[in-house]
Amino acid sequence: MKKLLLALLLTFAGTAAAIDKAAVEKLATGDADQRSAAISALVAEADPRAVEVLGALAEGEMQTVAGKDGAQRVLIVKGEEAVDAVTGEKITPLPEEREDLIANNRLRGQVEGALAALKLLSPDRAARLKAVKQLAAGADEALLPLVQKALARETDAGIKPALELIAASLEMKSGSKEARIAAIQRLATSSSPNSRTLLAAAASDPDADIKYEAQKALREVQGRLAWGERAGLLFAGVSLGSILLLAALGLAITYGLMGVINMAHGELIMIGAYTTYAVQVAFRGSAWFDWYLLLAVPSSFAVSAAVGMALERSVVRWLYGRPLETLLATWGISLILIQSVRTLYGAQNVQVENPAFMSGGIEAFAGVVLPWSRISIIAFAALVLLGMWLLLTRTRLGLYVRGVTQNREMAACVGVPTGRVDAWAFGLGSGLAGLAGCALSQIGNVGPDLGQGYIVDSFMVVVFGGVGQLAGTVYAALVLGFANKLLESWSGAVIAKIVVLVFIIIFIQRRPQGMFALRGRSVEA
Amino acid sequence: MKRRMFIKQLALAASVAAIGMGSGSLHAQGKTVKIGVLHSLSGTMAISETVLKDTVLMAVDEINAKGGVMGHKIEPVVVDPASNWPLFAEKARQLLTQDKVAVTFGCWTSVSRKSVLPVYEELNGLLFYPVQYEGEEISKNVFYTGAAPNQQAIPAVEYLMSKDGGSAKRWVLLGTDYVYPRTTNKILRAFLKSKGVAEADIMEEYTPFGHGDYQTIIAKIKKFSSEGKKTAVVSTINGDSNVPFYKELGNQGLKATDVPVVAFSVGEEELRGVDTKPLVGHLAAWNFFMSIKSPANTEWTKQWAAYAKAKNIAGHKDKPLTNDPMEATYIGIYMWKQAVEKAKSFDVDKVRTAMAGQTFKAPSGITSKMDEKNHHLHKAVFIGEVKADGQFNVVWKTKGPVKAQPWSPFILGNDKKKDEPALMAEKKK
Repeated sequence: MKKLLLALLLTFAGTAAAIDKAAVEKLATGDADQRSAAISALVAEADPRAVEVLGALAEGEMQTVAGKDGAQRVLIVKGEEAVDAVTGEKITPLPEEREDLIANNRLRGQVEGALAALKLLSPDRAARLKAVKQLAAGADEALLPLVQKALARETDAGIKPALELIAASLEMKSGSKEARIAAIQRLATSSSPNSRTLLAAAASDPDADIKYEAQKALREVQGRLAWGERAGLLFAGVSLGSILLLAALGLAITYGLMGVINMAHGELIMIGAYTTYAVQVAFRGSAWFDWYLLLAVPSSFAVSAAVGMALERSVVRWLYGRPLETLLATWGISLILIQSVRTLYGAQNVQVENPAFMSGGIEAFAGVVLPWSRISIIAFAALVLLGMWLLLTRTRLGLYVRGVTQNREMAACVGVPTGRVDAWAFGLGSGLAGLAGCALSQIGNVGPDLGQGYIVDSFMVVVFGGVGQLAGTVYAALVLGFANKLLESWSGAVIAKIVVLVFIIIFIQRRPQGMFALRGRSVEA
Repeated sequence: MKRRMFIKQLALAASVAAIGMGSGSLHAQGKTVKIGVLHSLSGTMAISETVLKDTVLMAVDEINAKGGVMGHKIEPVVVDPASNWPLFAEKARQLLTQDKVAVTFGCWTSVSRKSVLPVYEELNGLLFYPVQYEGEEISKNVFYTGAAPNQQAIPAVEYLMSKDGGSAKRWVLLGTDYVYPRTTNKILRAFLKSKGVAEADIMEEYTPFGHGDYQTIIAKIKKFSSEGKKTAVVSTINGDSNVPFYKELGNQGLKATDVPVVAFSVGEEELRGVDTKPLVGHLAAWNFFMSIKSPANTEWTKQWAAYAKAKNIAGHKDKPLTNDPMEATYIGIYMWKQAVEKAKSFDVDKVRTAMAGQTFKAPSGITSKMDEKNHHLHKAVFIGEVKADGQFNVVWKTKGPVKAQPWSPFILGNDKKKDEPALMAEKKK
């Protein structure tokens, strides 16, 4: 039936007939199968109005209203404007008693596929490219004539091969044995997950020839897809590593360089995330919303750094050299910070919306989509790392910090104001925690307990990398991130977490100084 | 000796005086009855549970405004077990022994319910549990107003198997690692096998509570789904992990028309913070959706919006949302009120007897009935698809209410179990 209608379409394409009233009514009131048939009928009209009706159905903009004669009238409602779906006439005022017309996944998939197929004939290259991409993810067999027609017309070298693959994937399901084998051979050159699905199904075909060809093709496609999967895994590892790095960088200064066991580090991350939230709230509704991060990044650094410096001046500085008391005091402070945020913002998570440019992703390899949010965070982590490295190696403050951490007494002797340097360094570490919070707010939940989930990981990274070693922190974050993701893909998230912890315990027992030992004449050593 | 006697007498006198004073003040204030509210207001489950506390408080306000229960004003005692399972048991004990509450409304996760269950059974308390769960339990001290597996999980999977649901042939069972997802997936696995799904076509995955990085899981789902047959994902992820899960799902472009995800613990409230445009078409199965069209629901939604505004409830004051567990909580508290009035007593044993067969016109527009025997509600099942605005389109529903089967027939040995609570007190006699 569907094929017949499409054949009709091919014959009469171009002759804009009046839109089929019966089909529209079936679309509104029929059962699922009738509605599906009605969609095919409307696709066959290939009329701009039919396209509009189908688009409205997929977008959920279709409504029905009971007419005067009791018959259902089908409307397309966009905002406050309504038009009759059959005639296209404007309806004012908007009727009160409207019922939504719901398209489930099956119908929506069908409509989207059909609309994409119709766009294959569009003169606009971008529209064709988009349609090809959409159909590559799976198309209805009834669309084969349309695809073939488009293929005959297509001249663009960027689109034609993809279109050939789509045609092959449709011919796979139907057609003669020769056609199917040819289709299989063509699909062997593809690297889309959809081809694998089709070939895997054909690999158990009763026909021995088809089975043989399909299995051969399947191996080729799988080989290519496996590379994409490995690359995806690598990306996931780097992404987790960049998050761990951001969370641990601040601690690498406060704990690694200054030796303060700062249990409130996680809460400084949390404060950074809440600052981002506060900035976002201020931007909500404004035209500049997508750019709120530009302000959120410095603010989260500043707020966390201020809290950190206040912490250092009021509590931590009296406890230098007394790790146990520092641990208890900072842990107490972490509880105070959690509770004050809870009082201020409530115990529930707050929602930080991503700016538009951070949602979605880019398909880098076949079937592997890299989300923009994660790409941005990796870039951000790299920038923060670079900034910190410049600060520590190229500025006077950096020189002082390194001097004080390496030999406090000597630094004081040559006139370095050690107290002030301590405060600045602690502030820097805390500010970095704030930046981590800003980044984390983009991918995870922001709640008062946010920091609790990262404090263990942060200490793990710093200790594993070697206390006092910034480079060690970087390597440790990447190694842990990658190990975690690799294990997750083998054994699941729960086991992966346990295995990583066990590994760290054993590693630290064997090599207490971490991956990179601090060489030379350290004060503590 | 004399001195000890004196102290004893003093203590006795003091306690007598205290009792006298206590009852005196009670008379002076008018009669009250305490009820417990045991929901996590912080931690990973706060995203789901906080609003249930507010629902109880709204119902209490309503009931008190209309004269209370049998002339007693309800006095809610709200405690925060902080998504910490042992703390649930502690707080439950506190509610029962210190505050002496007549009934408790609480718990979301099954692990929290399992943790308080011995306390309620030991002290003969009464708990109303408002969330869908895995079944495998009938306690005389609990009334379950959420769905059992046959009122949610099984119909959802059947829908996805049907032509309309996309004729799924391969299944990913994805959940948070605790008793509810594990048991539900055990039931679903047995159910799928009974429908002829091969072992190799089922993948089970678990993540810890509060898990935030779903990259590899989504990659695995993608790989699994491209291995030959139409795939569907059944998600029993609970709590705030759902936000990163759905964000990742949207960002990685896994569309519902290719691989539909049906969730059992995700409703309007959980999707609040998520950009739902890339998620259109993913599904949830519940016994209530905010978008259900019925006069009762319109009325209820209005009531909630007004309450949220008046009480300045974060989030809801600007964008009021209702969901299934809120409805179940609401049904529970009104059924308890009706049972107390029928029993003419707050006594747990008498209320329990009076609960059997209670009916209540639920906001979904359907009259829910408490089963005469098995402590579960008869509920209608709805399956909804996510819309771009975070609401759900109902795409399938049962004709009428379905009786709960807490002992799923898909678990071995359940056919011998009785469809009513074993009354331990009677056994002892």
